[in-house]
Amino acid sequence: MATTAAKETPIGYGNMKRKEDARFIRGQGKYLDDIVLPGMLYGAVLRSPYAHARIVSIDTSAALAHPKVHRVITAKDLETLGLAWMPTISYDSQAVLAGDKVRFQGQEVAFVIAEDRYSARDALPMIDVEYDPLPAVVNARKALDPDAPVIRDDKPDQTDNLATPLWEAGDADECERVFAEADIVVERDMIYPRCHPAPLETCGMIADMNPETGQLDIYNGNQAPNLHRTVYAQVAGLPEQKIRVMTNDIGGGFGNKVPVYPGYVCAIVGSIVTGKPVKWVEDRSENLMSTGFARDYIMSGRICAKDGRITGAQVDVIADHGAFDSTAQPSKFPAGFFHVFAGSYDLEAAHCSVKAVYTNKAPGGVAYRCSFRVTEGIFLIERLVGELALKMDVDPTELRMNSFIQPEQFPYENKTGWTYDSGEYEETMREAMRIAGYDELRREQAEKRERGELMGIGVAFFTEVVGAGPKKHMDILGQGMADGCDLRVHGTGKATLSISAQTQGQGHETTFAQIVAEELGISPDDIQVRHGDTDRTPFGLGTYGSRSTPVSGAAAAVAARRVRDKARLIAAGMLETSPDDLVWEKGRWSVRGDPEKGATIDEIAEAAYGEAPLPEGVEGGLDGQSVYDPPNLTYPCGAYICVVDVDPDTAEVKIRRFIAVDDCGTRINPMIVDGQVMGGLAEGVGIALMELISFDEQGNCLNGSMMDYLIPTALECPDWELGATVTPSPHHPIGAKGVGESATNGSPPAIVNAVCDALYQSHGVAHVDMPLNPARVWAAMQGRAEPPQ
Amino acid sequence: MEITVTVNGDRLTREIEPALLLVHFLRDTLGLTGTHWGCDTSNCGACVVHLDGRPVKSCTTLAASCDGHEIRTIESMEVDGRLDSVQQGFQEEHGLQCGFCTPGMIMTARALLDENPDPSEAEIRTAISGAICRCTGYANIVRAVRWAAEHESAEARR
Amino acid sequence: MQTPGPIEYERATSVQNAIQLLEKYGPETRLLAGGHSLLPMMKLRLANPERLIDINELDELSYIREAESEVRIGAMTRHRELLESELLATHFPVFIDAEQVIADPPVRNRGTIGGSLAQADAAEDLSAVCSALKANVVIVGSEGERVVSMDDFHIGPYMTAIQDGEILTEIRLPVRPGGGSAHEKVERRAGDWAIVAVSAALWLEGGRIADAGVALSAAGPTTVHATRSEELLRGKEPAEELFAEAGGLASEDCSPIADGRGPVDYKRHLADVLTRRALSRAAERASRLEG
Repeated sequence: MATTAAKETPIGYGNMKRKEDARFIRGQGKYLDDIVLPGMLYGAVLRSPYAHARIVSIDTSAALAHPKVHRVITAKDLETLGLAWMPTISYDSQAVLAGDKVRFQGQEVAFVIAEDRYSARDALPMIDVEYDPLPAVVNARKALDPDAPVIRDDKPDQTDNLATPLWEAGDADECERVFAEADIVVERDMIYPRCHPAPLETCGMIADMNPETGQLDIYNGNQAPNLHRTVYAQVAGLPEQKIRVMTNDIGGGFGNKVPVYPGYVCAIVGSIVTGKPVKWVEDRSENLMSTGFARDYIMSGRICAKDGRITGAQVDVIADHGAFDSTAQPSKFPAGFFHVFAGSYDLEAAHCSVKAVYTNKAPGGVAYRCSFRVTEGIFLIERLVGELALKMDVDPTELRMNSFIQPEQFPYENKTGWTYDSGEYEETMREAMRIAGYDELRREQAEKRERGELMGIGVAFFTEVVGAGPKKHMDILGQGMADGCDLRVHGTGKATLSISAQTQGQGHETTFAQIVAEELGISPDDIQVRHGDTDRTPFGLGTYGSRSTPVSGAAAAVAARRVRDKARLIAAGMLETSPDDLVWEKGRWSVRGDPEKGATIDEIAEAAYGEAPLPEGVEGGLDGQSVYDPPNLTYPCGAYICVVDVDPDTAEVKIRRFIAVDDCGTRINPMIVDGQVMGGLAEGVGIALMELISFDEQGNCLNGSMMDYLIPTALECPDWELGATVTPSPHHPIGAKGVGESATNGSPPAIVNAVCDALYQSHGVAHVDMPLNPARVWAAMQGRAEPPQ
Repeated sequence: MEITVTVNGDRLTREIEPALLLVHFLRDTLGLTGTHWGCDTSNCGACVVHLDGRPVKSCTTLAASCDGHEIRTIESMEVDGRLDSVQQGFQEEHGLQCGFCTPGMIMTARALLDENPDPSEAEIRTAISGAICRCTGYANIVRAVRWAAEHESAEARR
Repeated sequence: MQTPGPIEYERATSVQNAIQLLEKYGPETRLLAGGHSLLPMMKLRLANPERLIDINELDELSYIREAESEVRIGAMTRHRELLESELLATHFPVFIDAEQVIADPPVRNRGTIGGSLAQADAAEDLSAVCSALKANVVIVGSEGERVVSMDDFHIGPYMTAIQDGEILTEIRLPVRPGGGSAHEKVERRAGDWAIVAVSAALWLEGGRIADAGVALSAAGPTTVHATRSEELLRGKEPAEELFAEAGGLASEDCSPIADGRGPVDYKRHLADVLTRRALSRAAERASRLEG
């Protein structure tokens, strides 16, 4: 389904071409590495070749002798500043530069500052580090073995490799009862393997500390500029009002650019000690081997059904967090929102337990459009449902529709503590089936089976939980997850909207203008959206977990409505009537019953700044401000159908078709919504078929470059077939739910379900762990499937 | 050492270190930051420019090898305020989101259309198979190139 | 992005000049052709030459032509030119099959056949193509030129018969009547190295296989020349069962290692399947030519 942009600019929602494109198509985007400051120096990080080793000595003399090297910083230097360790979002600590030990391959050991990037790179091998290797903990299942070496011996009370204690949701006793009464139980161990968001632009920073004024300017493509400013102020003890974080353009985030990385702290320290701006940009292998990976959940799940309906789901998880716990999620939810794994079904019981372990691998876990572990939860339930359908020998769409939460049950309190806002699940499912020509596909499959051809049709239905979140439940590092918005309508009737959300390609300069346009009737072309500069935008927690539209979008709508309310008062004065006698149609207040008598927003704006007196109690200007504390999260959903053909001899999987119907409530710009979906679907293809970060027994990372970390090209992706249903969120000011991560959530289980659907009857394959590359699919066909790593 | 390269029509002479990669020559020496880089192993295609009219990965080309040759980058695509039809196509068909792969994609597509003015979807996908996009899922990029192809053939008919 | 270490750079003005420079500067000096094997290795600091001799200006080494019942390809011929060659499409379509799945279009604009063969990565496709086609390569040094068979050219992983001070200049493919050839590759993703790939060539005479070439990529420490499969095929009539048997022998005779692309049993299985498929297509192409 092609969604081409309309020729005219809609005053409000609708397809419109993106305003930000103008600079990108000309190569005039301003990404981090494009920025050059006078006198700027270049940093490079020396990284550990070992996964686990004591540091015996570090000799920087040869590097310092390089004619273009200015400084070499090690942990010892940072210790004097109290910055050798930094806090993580999960209230753990992470080494900025390793002092006593290295704890993952790729860990930061030293920071070189030189005249140019080539010299900085050349100087790295001149730093002589002596290591005493230690046995590495690589298998998360073995991390808690009694004889496993303790990785975090830097923590005084740590005697094992437990990173976070057991966290539970739901009712285990109820599960026992429901499973005991079920007609059928399916148990399945499955892994959501470690993968990586790998945005095309790697992470980096320019830190520019002015020694005279104490002003610290930070150029850094991160997804939460305000949160980062707060972290630097608290951690480095720098005055918050003198820190300015500027993101400019970001070449993809996907959760990779949420954390504060050691390289950032090194760049800041480097600028402080040299008195010059310091630029640090990581290369791709650093990105893959040290920045926030995604997933790595080892799950042991079961599902049951009675009378043809799904009745219970239960799962126990071991989460591999790497060497430091730097997972990013609201603080009261150490497993993020994984407990939405109960899914789209009206279950009688559900229960999950998650415990996290340390391993000698890069830290992370919450990233790659996971909506805080929702990807793991949705994969789990939809794979269990997929296998259940195979074993019950019922159609997977039938099984789901028999088990769905019904429209009249919303707002629906599920069995693990979530209150889903709205959904018309059957409608969404049927729309996907219609677009796919589902019955015809099943007929084709039957015919192909006769000829020994392996065609599979995979179904996935997901309910996401996004838009974190209500302050009473959700904070990150003690910062409530409310987002602010400032709207100023100028005397000429044009406007500037300052937001705390942080686009990394989502099109906020266009969509947020459209939100205000819809509320006020000002053309989006006349609304300038300002973002990414903590000096010029309000406080908020940034963009990840699909929260821009649910939280910042709501803030923008509320601010615009406040402007509209003020405009009403001014209009009442202009029209010499009571505000209660005015009615609004987009862009204009007019007198009820006398439509000729009105004032447009332009005219009201002019009056707001003009010389004529304003009504009693009304101040000049036409501004609106809001800080939006969402009353609940939002629950977009979707129905996906994937058609695959598996080569019976080589086991290659070819995705022939992919149908995706998403329901994200109000669609502000359908073209942009579809774009977000298609990008996520491609990520799902990657995760399902080829992306993997794996390690050998010594903890060496085997996928530290794009030659070994495989990302889909245009040849692996089909022409996506998209559809939509619209079920607004009842609690959201504009009924929008957010959609940024939906497709990454729904597509991997749809693809794996398709492959199992192709291979179950012929080869008895009920499950294969991702990635489903040819070797792994073939092993499954031989009955020899093994989890990766 | 000194090299003389024609970049976007301008003949330039610069002093460089022999190890300097073309991508850094363009970005750091000449300040043409429209060409990006995204990997270490010649996989991602963010760095694609035209060398003597053909798309190449500038991260895997020495600037020294370009002495006496012609380079064309994204900055050359808009002429006298008129966008190239490929650039227009990307905006018309929402063929970009974060914009980071976009210059490489546009240069790849431009070279394709220069040789094959009416490419099929399969030919377009093959032509861009050396460039990774993490944002768009590729379908709109294919549409963008088709838009440009159709636009140019309509212009040619006029 | 990673960057190469400091180097010296010179351009060769001719083949002879390149040889002179190699001799003058010694083994820490490398030839720079397309650069898409060497430069990535230099960026990762896996290769650290002191000096590069750039041979990209040597147009004299860029050709595909017929001479003396051979197709001769200059070592600097780019992958793209091989892909687009009518001559190769006519005589040796295995080249076209292979080039479609080698790397990606921008890389193919720079990478050369000489560079690929000289890199001698066991997973490299053109080595198998040339082996199956019974190619000889021409190596030139200050002593003169010598012609070496593909078996003698590939010595071990990343090791060829090219000595210090020598340059690979030409690949010679014997043209014989009744030939058909094909390349089959399975990869995890477009542009990736092969999990396993097979090149097969058959020459038919009077309805029987007069000669056969079967070679495998990524199935051993260097290109695997499946000689037992070839012996089995010679003299027989093309048939699916025969090809299946040849595939079985290739599977036994190769020595793949387990790595990120797959375990040994899957690779052996692919060797079998792809040999069968490549032979089948080669036979079909040969019989079309035979008429």
